Amino acid sequence: MNLLSIAYKSIKQRALSSSLTSLSVALGVMLMVTVLVIHGIIDRMFSQQTIGYELIVGRKGSGLQLVLNTVYRLKQPIENLPYLYYLELKNDPRVEDAVPFALGDFTKEGGFPIIGTVSDYFVLDYAPDHKFKIRGSGFRDSFDAIIGSEVARENGWRVDDPNTPENEASTFKLVHGGAESDHEHDEVFTVRGVMQKTGTPNDKTVFIHLNGFYAIAGHDRPPNETLTKLKAFYTEGIPGRPDLDQTDPETLKPKPGEHIHGMEDWQKEVTAVLVNCKRPPDWPADAASPQLGDFEAEFKRGFKAQAVNPIVPMRELMQDIVGNIRKVLVVMTGLIIIVSGVSIFVSIYNSMSDRRREIAVMRALGAQRRTVFSIILAESLLLCVGGGVVGVLMGHGLVFAVAPYVAAQSGLLIDPFAFEPMELSVLPGLIVLASLVGIVPGLTAYRTDVAKALAE
Amino acid sequence: MSLLLERVEKSYREPDGTPLPILDIENFQLGDAEQVALVGESGGGKTTLLNVISGISTPDSGRVVIDGVEINALPEVARDRFRAERIGFVFQTFNLLAAFSALENVLLGMSFGGGKADRVRALELLDRVGLSKRASHRPGQLSVGEQQRVAVARALANRPSLLLADEPTASVDIANQENILTLIREACLADNVSLLLVTHSPDIASRFGRVARLDEINRVAQTTAAAGGPA
Repeated sequence: MNLLSIAYKSIKQRALSSSLTSLSVALGVMLMVTVLVIHGIIDRMFSQQTIGYELIVGRKGSGLQLVLNTVYRLKQPIENLPYLYYLELKNDPRVEDAVPFALGDFTKEGGFPIIGTVSDYFVLDYAPDHKFKIRGSGFRDSFDAIIGSEVARENGWRVDDPNTPENEASTFKLVHGGAESDHEHDEVFTVRGVMQKTGTPNDKTVFIHLNGFYAIAGHDRPPNETLTKLKAFYTEGIPGRPDLDQTDPETLKPKPGEHIHGMEDWQKEVTAVLVNCKRPPDWPADAASPQLGDFEAEFKRGFKAQAVNPIVPMRELMQDIVGNIRKVLVVMTGLIIIVSGVSIFVSIYNSMSDRRREIAVMRALGAQRRTVFSIILAESLLLCVGGGVVGVLMGHGLVFAVAPYVAAQSGLLIDPFAFEPMELSVLPGLIVLASLVGIVPGLTAYRTDVAKALAE
Repeated sequence: MSLLLERVEKSYREPDGTPLPILDIENFQLGDAEQVALVGESGGGKTTLLNVISGISTPDSGRVVIDGVEINALPEVARDRFRAERIGFVFQTFNLLAAFSALENVLLGMSFGGGKADRVRALELLDRVGLSKRASHRPGQLSVGEQQRVAVARALANRPSLLLADEPTASVDIANQENILTLIREACLADNVSLLLVTHSPDIASRFGRVARLDEINRVAQTTAAAGGPA
């Protein structure tokens, strides 16, 4: 019988207290592994070099708010950009892709955010090397919609199925965002596409055709107000529309009872524009395009709009806030593990008085002092490392269990089998901890007076 | 095997620091495969003597020589190894480890001897003591007599040359006393093991060809007896 099997037998003899002390280690390790894995996933997600587009162009303001609003659909949009500005970007020779986003409304059922956009958006990667997969025909008409997988699941919406004509495509209405949050628009949209699950906020978003977005009654502003805003934006002249420069906005003020029908491009607005710069043919796919820096700098010099690399503010957020939270959590879980280690110490140490005779018998049978010391140390190691291994498995099990929930709630794509290199330090750390907490009981065993203990 | 004790003295300290003599043995010998019953009053130093012989305790002075090795002169690690390999111990209260099965208790004795735990031999020993079918039972599942037989098997596990038995029948019923005694003596004879069996039962002592009286070999016991009581 080797030392480990002797130690294991002793642990089994005190199965309940051993299990509980080992479980406390397991729970501590489980929490630490969960923190490490989930943080690692968040870190990688926000540290990735691309999410299908390099820049988000929006109105001047908080870059973080622009990213949270455009990518994660959190927070309210900043002020809008003129549609003409989007056209400028689209026609810029340095720009490869320019995809407009118009945000603001919600679905009546489920309150999912609405984004008015164009089909080009679904050609971009939603994550590195991940393309959208859409069931259905996609945008065919202004009042068509493509919905995320979670929207389809929660609302029970579907696309039409040619094989079962009775299963018609779902239709829905929008609730106006902003101040009049309870106002329901009259326009009816039809589901023409359901995205496969992406594990991103797209799963909980409804995309409608941009033309349909502009066609919604109430999304148009009085022309005089729009022109005033446009002139304020283009202080050096509205590009391609010198006629508007010459027009006094007051002359466009609607007369009482006059309804606005349709919008010209200069009247339209977008919330953000997703931009990819052109890159040389042999340029690595995962590297930023060579003109990106100049392009961003150009925006920084101007006062009208901002261009934000969506990764940068999120990385800053990660480093400044989330990173510190992670440190606190790791330290706290580390303390939990140390407390668990102390409980192992208490458990073994308390058992020593009951085991004096057992140790004395082993010594009488020829066990050396260092042998009984090693047996106690092995017990501590088995409890700590055993609890640690169970904790690692439980941690990954917990991540596995919560991954769908977290993905549904936050849009974070969590790989349940993700492994963090720092986990490798958990077990060596536990071995050190076990050695430390095993030393004192081990020394008690080492110093046992055999003759006295046998006589007791 | 031969055992020789020469001018062995051992004393403990009273709480106030005063020395309390326990052993003062001028000469005591045990021959090869000899079986000796050691009798004496309780508190007469019998257990201390066994501890000194086995190297669990060291005498204050004198020599304990087993097979030509002066074990009290050995460092503790060597004494432990010597005890594991050459001395078998049967305790009055068996001292089996509760967490281990009968087989594992026997294997445990082998584990400390430096050699490999020989499962086949352990099973043979259990067979010899009539417990081959109870090998997987823990001490709590065995009767008192069965436990003592496991203890005998464990004591013989490392093929010792000397078996020290400290009142091995004191905790078993009369029916089992005979069995245990016979088992120990026959096993020692079969394996050519010298036996020093401590007892305060005149009946058990009478079965041995040689009976050593502690009050005859231990001068401390003589003094105590002369003073009118055990130490």
